[in-house]
Amino acid sequence: MTKTLAVSVWRGKEEGGFVSYEVPRRDNQTVLDVITHIQRNVDHTLAYRFACRVGMCGSCAMTVNGKARWTCRTHVSQVAENGKLELAPLANLPIVKDLVTDMRDFFDKWARGLGQFKGSRTRKDEFEKVRPDSKARMAADAGIECIGCGVCYASCDVVSWRPDYLGPAALNRAWTLVNDQRDTQLVERMKAVAGDAGCHSCHTQGSCTERCPKQLAPTAGIAGLKRQLMTTPAGGK
Amino acid sequence: MTHAETKRQLWYVQRISAMVLACCVVAHLAIMIYAVRGGLSGAEILARTQGSWLFGAFYAVFVLGCAAHVPIGVTNIAEEWFGVRGFKSTLIAQLFTWGILILGLRAVWGVIAS
Ligand code: SF4
Ligand code: SF4
Ligand code: FES
Repeated sequence: MTKTLAVSVWRGKEEGGFVSYEVPRRDNQTVLDVITHIQRNVDHTLAYRFACRVGMCGSCAMTVNGKARWTCRTHVSQVAENGKLELAPLANLPIVKDLVTDMRDFFDKWARGLGQFKGSRTRKDEFEKVRPDSKARMAADAGIECIGCGVCYASCDVVSWRPDYLGPAALNRAWTLVNDQRDTQLVERMKAVAGDAGCHSCHTQGSCTERCPKQLAPTAGIAGLKRQLMTTPAGGK
Repeated sequence: MTHAETKRQLWYVQRISAMVLACCVVAHLAIMIYAVRGGLSGAEILARTQGSWLFGAFYAVFVLGCAAHVPIGVTNIAEEWFGVRGFKSTLIAQLFTWGILILGLRAVWGVIAS
């Protein structure tokens, strides 16, 4: 193992450049540890984002050696090439500063794809029974553990080509709700996810699925939406 | 009809036409390999195709499949790689549709008309 890492970090906004730092190599060091080391010991003005450090909050995603990853659970040993790391903000999102991106577009698109649950029962009603082994429940389960990290969104070429494309995470979210038998907004949601801002623009090549740190498969959910939309018009005729 | 609804329909048109085209290409290759086994001249080919309505119908379907399939794909490429939108992308689609239809059907007519 080399004793130090040569780390180049994006500094600035859209305009900016990579700055090199030397960071001591440690056992079990994560990429987030490396960034924290720089911020605490070398340059306090470095901006980055994290919260949980255990892969739950989804706030620490960045571009590591060219690929989007969650940094708190990415070990340096998995990704360093010849003791070198290159850290940049997530692609497909505006840069606020250094490694921090503005995630507004990303989450606004969840809302546009009707990612909110809306049920019909109140607390006075009985619980609705959802069979755990029903097809819909299993489909929802497969996509439900999304932590909103934006790794998939940053890895999707269609997002960069069609700025209004909802993207894998928002469509994955919509798919989990389409499979929620308690939800009442199916018709509106199917409208919201149809067409070239929605599932029909997906190329099904699966960068999102390959990179998702939670091993979800937005590609499969999007294919599910397309199947469902074969018989449902997108409305507004 | 909304833009989203048009795009939704086109997506299925493109997939279904792709299936039709896949069958056409296989049949086309098979016919070609079978027909030219021992070498074949243009005149010999025409002698077989002229007046064959079955042959004409098959290739007319092939052309229709292309005319449905190609414009959708080309417009998508134009939109995604070159940022073309709206009227311009409709224009590109129309150009390809009519171009393929006219040239293709003319070619089919050319080999079956005697
Ligand atoms: S499979 Fe679809 S959503 Fe996923 S990266 Fe590719 S185009 Fe984007
Ligand atoms: S689908 Fe996966 S990669 Fe995309 S935001 Fe959710 S957890 Fe992150
Ligand atoms: S810091 Fe929460 S997922 Fe990495």
